[in-house]
Amino acid sequence: MARVDVRRVLVTIAAPALALVLALAIASLALRASGHSPVDTARAMVTYARRGSTQVLILNTATYYYLAAVAVAIGFRMNLFNIGVDGQYRLAALLSAAVGGAVHLPRPLHLLLIVVVAVTVGGMWAAIAGLLKAYRGVSEVISTIMLNAISTAVIAYLLTPGRLAVSTQGSNNIGTRLIPVSGQVPGLDLIPGANRQVFGFIIVSALVGIGYAVLLNRTRFGFDLRATGRSQSAAVASGVNVKRMVVISMALSGACAGLVGLPQLLGASYSYALDFPTGIGFTGIAIALLGRNHPVGIALGALLWSFLDQSSQILDLEGVPKEIVTIMQGSTVLSVVVAYELVRRYSQVLEQKRVGLALGQTTGVTA
Amino acid sequence: MTSEPPGGPSPVAVRLTGITKRFPGVVANHDVNISVRAGSVHAVVGENGAGKSTLMKILYGMQRPDEGTITIDGEVVTLGTPAQAIAAGIGMVHQHFMLADNLSVLENVVLGSEPRKGLRLDFGAARARIDEISKAYGLGVRPDAMVEDLGVGERQRVEILKVLYRGARILILDEPTAVLVPQEVRDLFRAVHELPGRGFTVLFISHHLDEVLEIADEITVIRRGETVATVRPADVPAGQLAGLMVGSELPSPQTRESTVTDRVVLEATGLTVRDAEGRLLLDHVSLRIHSGEIVGIAGVEGNGQTQLVEAIMGMGPLAEGTLTLSGEDVTAWGTRRRRGAGVAFVPEDRNRHGLLLEAPVWENRVLGHQTQAPNRKGPWIDRAGARADTERIVREYDVRTPGIDVTAGSLSGGNQQKLIVGREMSGAPRLLLAAHPTRGVDVGAQAAIWDHIRDARAAGLAVLLVSSDLDELIGLSDSLQVMLRGRLVAEADPATVTPEQLGSAMTGATAAPGTASSPGAP
Repeated sequence: MARVDVRRVLVTIAAPALALVLALAIASLALRASGHSPVDTARAMVTYARRGSTQVLILNTATYYYLAAVAVAIGFRMNLFNIGVDGQYRLAALLSAAVGGAVHLPRPLHLLLIVVVAVTVGGMWAAIAGLLKAYRGVSEVISTIMLNAISTAVIAYLLTPGRLAVSTQGSNNIGTRLIPVSGQVPGLDLIPGANRQVFGFIIVSALVGIGYAVLLNRTRFGFDLRATGRSQSAAVASGVNVKRMVVISMALSGACAGLVGLPQLLGASYSYALDFPTGIGFTGIAIALLGRNHPVGIALGALLWSFLDQSSQILDLEGVPKEIVTIMQGSTVLSVVVAYELVRRYSQVLEQKRVGLALGQTTGVTA
Repeated sequence: MTSEPPGGPSPVAVRLTGITKRFPGVVANHDVNISVRAGSVHAVVGENGAGKSTLMKILYGMQRPDEGTITIDGEVVTLGTPAQAIAAGIGMVHQHFMLADNLSVLENVVLGSEPRKGLRLDFGAARARIDEISKAYGLGVRPDAMVEDLGVGERQRVEILKVLYRGARILILDEPTAVLVPQEVRDLFRAVHELPGRGFTVLFISHHLDEVLEIADEITVIRRGETVATVRPADVPAGQLAGLMVGSELPSPQTRESTVTDRVVLEATGLTVRDAEGRLLLDHVSLRIHSGEIVGIAGVEGNGQTQLVEAIMGMGPLAEGTLTLSGEDVTAWGTRRRRGAGVAFVPEDRNRHGLLLEAPVWENRVLGHQTQAPNRKGPWIDRAGARADTERIVREYDVRTPGIDVTAGSLSGGNQQKLIVGREMSGAPRLLLAAHPTRGVDVGAQAAIWDHIRDARAAGLAVLLVSSDLDELIGLSDSLQVMLRGRLVAEADPATVTPEQLGSAMTGATAAPGTASSPGAP
C-alpha cells in the first residue's frame, strides 16, 4: 500500500509543479520580449523577499489570502462556486468594524463580539445565494456576483458621515470609528530583526485551516458535503437533504469569508475606511484552485501568491514593470486548471489499469 | 397476411430488407425485414432495448445499417443523413420534442425551410398552409400561439404538422404516447386515423400492445433485434402477441419453502407521483410486503418502477398516499430517517445513485450508512470501523479489488454491484428495495447475490424486487406484481404464470385468464 501512496503523492504534486514551470516560462518570455533579464528579475525578487520586513508582509498577506481561499474551497468541495467572497468579507468587515468601534468591552469579549459579527454577516450574506439556489434554482455563480455589486452599494451607502463613518483627521478619507485597544489583535514578533509584526490573526487562519480539514475529512457532515459535491444524485439516495446542504455550506463558506477582512482590520487599520483592501475574494478563488482545495495546498498557494505580490514591489525600482507578476499569476492559474484535469484523467486510467493488473490472475478485466 | 385491403392492391411504401446493425459488443438489429404498405398504419412493437429505436434511426438516416437495403416506393435508397430521408419523403416525430419554446408555432414550423419573397420572409403563405394542414387533419394548431404556452399534446401535434409541412409522405411516430395523458392519446389517434386515407403511410413505434391493436393495420414484433412476426391485429389474439414479444421460455422457479410470515413490514397505500407537468408517473399503487417475503415487480422498464422505488426511499415528493414501516407511519420521513429505520436500497443506476466513483471503496461503504454503525461515532466518521467492515464486505461478497483505497470507479461494473449489494445487506435491514440487483454481474456472482438475498429473506427480510430479468423475478419472488403505466395491473404466482400471461399484463393486452386482475385503488 505504501508504494501506491507514494505514487499518488507524486502525481498530486506533479500538476502544480508542471503548472508553475509553465507559468515561469511564460513570464520569462514576457520579460525577454520587453527587454529584461528573467534571471536578474528573479534574483531581485528573491533578494527583496529575504528581508525580514518583506517576509512579515508576505505572511500578513497570506493570512487573509488563506482565509479567502478556504472560504472558496468550502464551496468548491460541494460543487458550489462562491464568487461572492469579495462582497461577503467587505460587508462583514464594515459591520464588524462599526460594532467594534461602538462598544467598550474587556478584551476577549470585545474581540469575540467582532469576530461573531463578522462571521454572522458573511454567513448570512452568502446564505441568500444558498437559499436562492436551493428554493428557486438560481445559479449561485450569478447570484453571488450580483450580491457583490449589491454589497458594494450597501457599503457606499453605510460608509458616509452620519451613518457608520466619521471623517479621519488630517485627510479626506472617511472610515468607521477606531476600534479601541481592547478590540485589537496584537502583532507577533515571528521574524527576528524585522521592523514589523506579523498579524496575530495568523493563528486564527491556521486554526481555520485545521478546522476545515477536520470538518471535511473526519465528520459525518463533511462526508455528506463531499458526497454531495461528488455526486448529487448519489447523495440524495444516501439520505442527504441536498437543499439544506446547499444553504448550510454556502453559509459556512460565507462565514469563513467573513473572517477575511479581520487580520487587516484588527491588526493594522482598526477601522473600515474607503481604502480598505478589496478584491481579496477573487484572489481566494485563484488560490483555492492552485491549492486543489487541500488545506496544506491552499497554504502553499497563499504563500506563493503573497510572495509574488510583495516581492514584486521591488521591481519598479529595478526598472521592471511589476505587472509581470500579474502575468505570472494569471498563467499559473490557467495552466494549473489544465494540468489538474490532465493529471486527473491520467490517474484515473492509471488506477483502472492497476486494478486490472492486480486482478489479472483471478479474473479477466471486464469493461 | 396476404389479403389486400379493400379498394385494390396497395403498393409497398417502405421495405427494409435484411437490415443488420452492430454496435461494439451488441447486435442491435439482425436481419430485420419489414414491408410497410402505402396508406397503412404499421406498428413496430417490442420491449425496451429490442432494437426498435435503432431501426427507426436507420430509416431516418441517423445511422447507417451494416447490411441490408432500404426501398422507398420501389426504389433502393441510401439514407446517410436525415436531410436525405426528408428528401425521400420520410418525416420523424421524436419522442422528445425538438421545438424552440420562445418562438411561435408558425416560426417553429418554418424554421429551417423559411418561405421567402425576395429577401423577406413570407409568413402569410406559411400561415395559410399551416391553417390548411391543421384543418385537414384536425390537428387544431394555432399558428400564432407561443410554443412555451402549449401543453404536451399540442406540442406533439405541432411536431406532426412540421413533418407534414415539409412534405413527408411517410411518418415515423417514435413512442408518441409515452408523454401523453389518455385524453391526448385519443386526440392523437383521431389525427393519425386521418392520415392513411390521404395517402400517408405511418410507422407507429410502441411497446403498448393495447394501443397498437387499436390503431395499426399491421403489426411487426421485434425481439432482441430480430423480426419475430408480422401480423394483422384481427388474426391474432392479444395474449399470443404478448407471448411473441416476451419470448416463449420462462424459467421454472426453484422449489423451496416459503418463509413468508404474517408480519407486515411495508404497507404502501395509494402511492401517487406526478411529474412537473402533472402527468401521473405512479398511479395509486398499493402494496404490502411481509417479513420473509420477496415481492417481484415485473414490467417493461419505464412504467413507474423507478418512481415506486424512489417513493418508498423518500427521494422525491409524493402527490398522494401513505407508507408505513412495521406499522409506523413514515410518509413524512426523509430518506436518511428511512434508511436509519432499516430500509436498504440497491439502485437501478449504480453510477448515479449507488456510488461515489471518485471516492475510495471504503468511503463508498459509508455512503448511505453515514448514520449507522460501524461507520459512525457521534458526529464523527469512524474510519477504522468503516474500513474494517469494508474488508469484510470485500471478503464475503467476493469484490475483486486490490484494496479498499482504490476508487470505486476503477472497479468493474460487476464488482461495483457486489460492493453495493454487500453494503446494503449490512446492518440487518428490515426492508430491501432491490432494483436490478444483479445487473452487469457474471453468472457466478449472480447466483451468490441471489443466495445472499434468499438467506436474508429466511432471516425475515422483506424485499421489493424490481427486475427485467425473468429468471431473477421468477426464481426469487414469492409473488409477482405486474406494473404498467404507473399502476399495478396484475398479480401472478411465479410458480404457475405463463409467458402469455406475463406478456399480456406487461404490455397492456387484455389480461389472459389465470391472472387475477387487480387495478390499484381508485
